Amino acid sequence: MSMTKLIVKNAFRHTLRVLLTIVGISVAVVAFGMLRTVVTAWNSGVAASSPNRLIVRQAVSFIFPLPYSYKEKIAAIPGVSAVSWLNWFGGTYIDKDQFFARQGCDPETLLSLYPEYTLTSKEISAFKTDRSACIVGIETAKRYGLKIGDIMNMEGDIYPGSWQFTVSGIYIPRSKTDDATQMFFHWEYLNERMKQDDLTRADQVGYYVVKINDPSRSAEISQKIDQLFKNSAAETKTETEGQFQQGFVSSSGAIISAINIMSYLIIGIILLVLCNTMIMTSRERTREYAVLKSLGFTGGHLFAFIAGEALTISMLGAGIGIALLIPIVQGFESFLPRGWFPVFIIETSTYVLAGSSALIVGVIAAIIPLYRALTMKIVDGLRFTG
Amino acid sequence: MSALISISHLTKTYKRDKQEITVLKDVSIDIEQGDFVALMGPSGSGKTTLLNIIAGIDRPTQGEVIIAGTNIGVLSETELSKWRSRHIGFIFQFYNLIPVLTAFENVELPLMLTPLSKSERRRQVELALSVVGLADRMDHYPRQLSGGQEQRVAIARAIASDPDIFIADEPTGDLDRVSAEEILTLLNRLNKEFGKTIVMVTHDPSAANRARIIHHLDKGDLIPQGQS
Repeated sequence: MSMTKLIVKNAFRHTLRVLLTIVGISVAVVAFGMLRTVVTAWNSGVAASSPNRLIVRQAVSFIFPLPYSYKEKIAAIPGVSAVSWLNWFGGTYIDKDQFFARQGCDPETLLSLYPEYTLTSKEISAFKTDRSACIVGIETAKRYGLKIGDIMNMEGDIYPGSWQFTVSGIYIPRSKTDDATQMFFHWEYLNERMKQDDLTRADQVGYYVVKINDPSRSAEISQKIDQLFKNSAAETKTETEGQFQQGFVSSSGAIISAINIMSYLIIGIILLVLCNTMIMTSRERTREYAVLKSLGFTGGHLFAFIAGEALTISMLGAGIGIALLIPIVQGFESFLPRGWFPVFIIETSTYVLAGSSALIVGVIAAIIPLYRALTMKIVDGLRFTG
Repeated sequence: MSALISISHLTKTYKRDKQEITVLKDVSIDIEQGDFVALMGPSGSGKTTLLNIIAGIDRPTQGEVIIAGTNIGVLSETELSKWRSRHIGFIFQFYNLIPVLTAFENVELPLMLTPLSKSERRRQVELALSVVGLADRMDHYPRQLSGGQEQRVAIARAIASDPDIFIADEPTGDLDRVSAEEILTLLNRLNKEFGKTIVMVTHDPSAANRARIIHHLDKGDLIPQGQS
């Protein structure tokens, strides 16, 4: 018989109790993983941000446009290596519940600023040459069964009217954390229509995306850009892409903080559940620990028995919880409105956090029973009747 | 030749709240190698305390306890644990077997502290169980055994690591007459055939009569032989 066998046999001595404890830990790990996944999904835009991209937007609010004429002035600033621009389109595709980001862009510069979106050269060429062409992320293409050459009909809201786009490419992000749901079309296509329908909205862009060579100069270049347009009709606010994304997230900061706190409270619940089981267990085994000590088992052996038992239970619970987390997160995502979270994946750090928390909880849960077992006098333990 | 167990001027006091209770008063006793000693006396006489001190699971307040040349009163807890595992075999009134382990595994427990290989341990356990007549019950759990059988497993556990001294605390106290006789016969065999030293606490005069020497204690005093 090995120590491990003895630990496992002891751990499952009260089958129902230990199973309920394991289920409790599993449920808590699933809840913890779910909440962490929601938080990471919320922050995914920030996480996927590039340090060498700046976003130049209207100083008053993101919803106000900037003149197209700013492009050349921004490009002339030392340290700026490329300038592109995007324009939020909105619109309705199929129905109002079908959400994904749709933006007008400059096809010539977009992909050099966003190298994480990969397309074949044929797709890139087709996108650049056809003014009504668009590219969509692989997730959106899968969701709607879109293929190259398909027509996407949209009803405009910010830009009223019927719009038609031809799918010329389906981009695949390099990383799982990059948004695979967006759609990009020619800003020029939008601009031409504005020139016909509403001249006051022509030659305007939503925001500029500026590529800089040296991320350490981001503050200095941002300041220069904003200085350039100071006291103009459309003053700018320039920030790194990360800060820009953070701006969206921080509007929901209180909710995210609450979710974060809840996720760590759940770890506390796991701890209490396991502590309760281990304290009950060790109390019942007082006499056995005394017998083991009398046979010559030392404090080190008792540590192995008690901590081993707590860790067996906690790691089993964590293992089952993590195994359940994957299908549950997938199920949860399917219940969310489509496109609610462009990136909704369980990050490796979530698995690591759940696993290491269970490990720490296992060790902490063993402390009180271990202290009692170690400080107990053998003669008192042998007299113990429960 | 010096005694295997030599106790001189042993005093044990406990503190209960602010009160100091003396359980053993200046007890001196020698037990030779191969003796079978019974300790008798009314409840509270100090016989179990004396047994626990000899076993190294309790410590004297004053006096010396020298067993096989070692003054066990000065050993640290870890040293004492190792010493117990080599020299002492315990037989408790309520058997104290681990319920989730089979008879075989219970007997194997003290051998986990030895450097024996798995096959050597198996041989030793099988031998111990055959000595107590339970070779055919090694896969049984304690709940599947009678009280007498459980006590025999406990004796097998005590003899598995081949200690010099057996400490038996009311070994027949929880058994019927027939089972008690079996256990006492087994203890006699261990003493006579294997030359083991046995120190037994009992209330039962017929159990005590199986011992070669009977010591009586009363209110912490060891009564000189012939005066009880």
